[in-house]
Amino acid sequence: MALTAEQIHAAVSAKFGEAVGALAPPAKDPFFTVKADALLDVCRFLKTEPALAFDFLEDVTAVDHPKENLIRVVYHLWSYRLRHGIVVKVECDRASPKAPSVEPVWKTADWMEREVYDLFGVNFEGHPDLRRIMMPDDWVGHPLRKDYQEAGGYENISNVRDSSLVEYRRMDDAVREAAEKKAAEAAPPAPAAAPLAPTGTVH
Amino acid sequence: MDELVIQKLGTVTDEEMVLNMGPQHPSTHGVIRFVVKADGEIMKVAVPVVGYLHRAIEKIGEIVTYPQFMPYTDRADYLAAMFANEGYALAVEKLMGLEVPVRGQYCRAISCELNRIASHLISVGTMGQDIGALTPFVHALREREKINDLIEELCGARLTYNYHRVGGVAFDIPDGWIDETRRFLDHFEKILDEYDRLLTWNEIYVKRLAGLGVIPAELAIDYGLVGPNLRASGVDWDLRRDAPYGCYRDFQFQVPVGKGWVGKIGDCFDRYYVRILEMRQSVAILRQAFDKLPPGEVLHPKVPKKIKPAAGEAWARVESARGEMGYYVVADGASEKAWRVRIRTGSFTAMGIIEPLSRGMMIADLVAFIASLDVVAPEIDR
Repeated sequence: MALTAEQIHAAVSAKFGEAVGALAPPAKDPFFTVKADALLDVCRFLKTEPALAFDFLEDVTAVDHPKENLIRVVYHLWSYRLRHGIVVKVECDRASPKAPSVEPVWKTADWMEREVYDLFGVNFEGHPDLRRIMMPDDWVGHPLRKDYQEAGGYENISNVRDSSLVEYRRMDDAVREAAEKKAAEAAPPAPAAAPLAPTGTVH
Repeated sequence: MDELVIQKLGTVTDEEMVLNMGPQHPSTHGVIRFVVKADGEIMKVAVPVVGYLHRAIEKIGEIVTYPQFMPYTDRADYLAAMFANEGYALAVEKLMGLEVPVRGQYCRAISCELNRIASHLISVGTMGQDIGALTPFVHALREREKINDLIEELCGARLTYNYHRVGGVAFDIPDGWIDETRRFLDHFEKILDEYDRLLTWNEIYVKRLAGLGVIPAELAIDYGLVGPNLRASGVDWDLRRDAPYGCYRDFQFQVPVGKGWVGKIGDCFDRYYVRILEMRQSVAILRQAFDKLPPGEVLHPKVPKKIKPAAGEAWARVESARGEMGYYVVADGASEKAWRVRIRTGSFTAMGIIEPLSRGMMIADLVAFIASLDVVAPEIDR
């Protein structure tokens, strides 16, 4: 039987007490916040408790709140069997955001948490393979943070330039100069010019 | 920069080799890369490397105003852009508490179902092509071209539609368009029979796909597969029927579920054939929508020019051609720009299941497996 958000929240807070925050005012989608330490247990409970049966982790994402100095990780859950849903949030400190990984509960969290790690810098403890997914491995910074500043370029290719043509010309010049320099260093000293073979005068 | 991927392969013995597949590869449906460790033809593991098409669409959503973001949603999934439009519109409407006029809802359903057929045609056609049957691809694209023409007449664009609006759709259905579309549907149903003769029950094709890449229902749910991939695994779930949005309550249609037609439930063939059957259902929905199409407005008359929803957050999901597509939009209440836009896509989660299932699979089967999941690179990377 599908439960309302109030019933789901009541079931979870009855079990975990202090670790579960109040249900948010029923604005659009009801959600409640869970303390990071308890998250993994709460998620296991949400999945295995027969009256809740949240078998589907729809989405993991995060929202940056610099004013509150928080990053909130947001989990959207759905139960195929009972056809109800709930939103769970975890608050992380912006300076060193971390949350337990829910990959042991739902396998799909593997890739979703990698994305949150990549774009927000949240460290998911216990994740089996936490590495960047969208950005290259050696990227600096986490682009979806509100205070993210572009580094000005990547792999020596600037992304601040007058026009792409100017930049391409500069890159071409740099390649040519390097090649010329290399050739000049590698080339053996020029041999003395051999006397020209006599040639017949052609009229 | 590849060290982390190579670490993931573990030790490579003398008998094994490491192959790089992509990012430019004709059969990976866009710019996707796999690093494959194989012993002969048998893969030890295939590690997907994605992100080549990352365009920071979610970041753009924080920079532009609510209505300005609509064309960007097209680029999230350019083979099924109507759904990307609709999902975003639904999320913003939920934030604003806005009701779409009924005719607007019908226009959305009509455009989406046409788009679903077009997207499934690409999926079905490329699937044949990926495993060596070139002809069906041309047949599929011929019909898709006609749908593109119809959609062009409807909204002026053939691929990135930007048709849906917050509060409805941009244009009403033009004169004579419904008759033309009905004629196309009559013709298309016969073509679907032709696909069955040409491709579906072709013995080589069947033997190639039967029992390949089997995803049991529990695993499909655990890995967050959605849409046709989920239904092929035997999970009877369709948002249009089970959590209806818009006007889908008004229509009667079947939800095709994988039955293990030629092999096991949840194999590559099931994923293929579910799409063929879904196209028939889309045709049925379109016919009903034309019969029931009510008069009236297509766009809510009181949508403000400057959309500034009250602080809050909304989660809206639509049944896209690639399954559940969810939009999570957070409004701060003080600005005309969203504080956060998140797009949950079916292709992204489908990619996550490739690595565990690739172990022990043949290299050539990887291509068929990817094709059967119908992943589209822009939807993975956004």
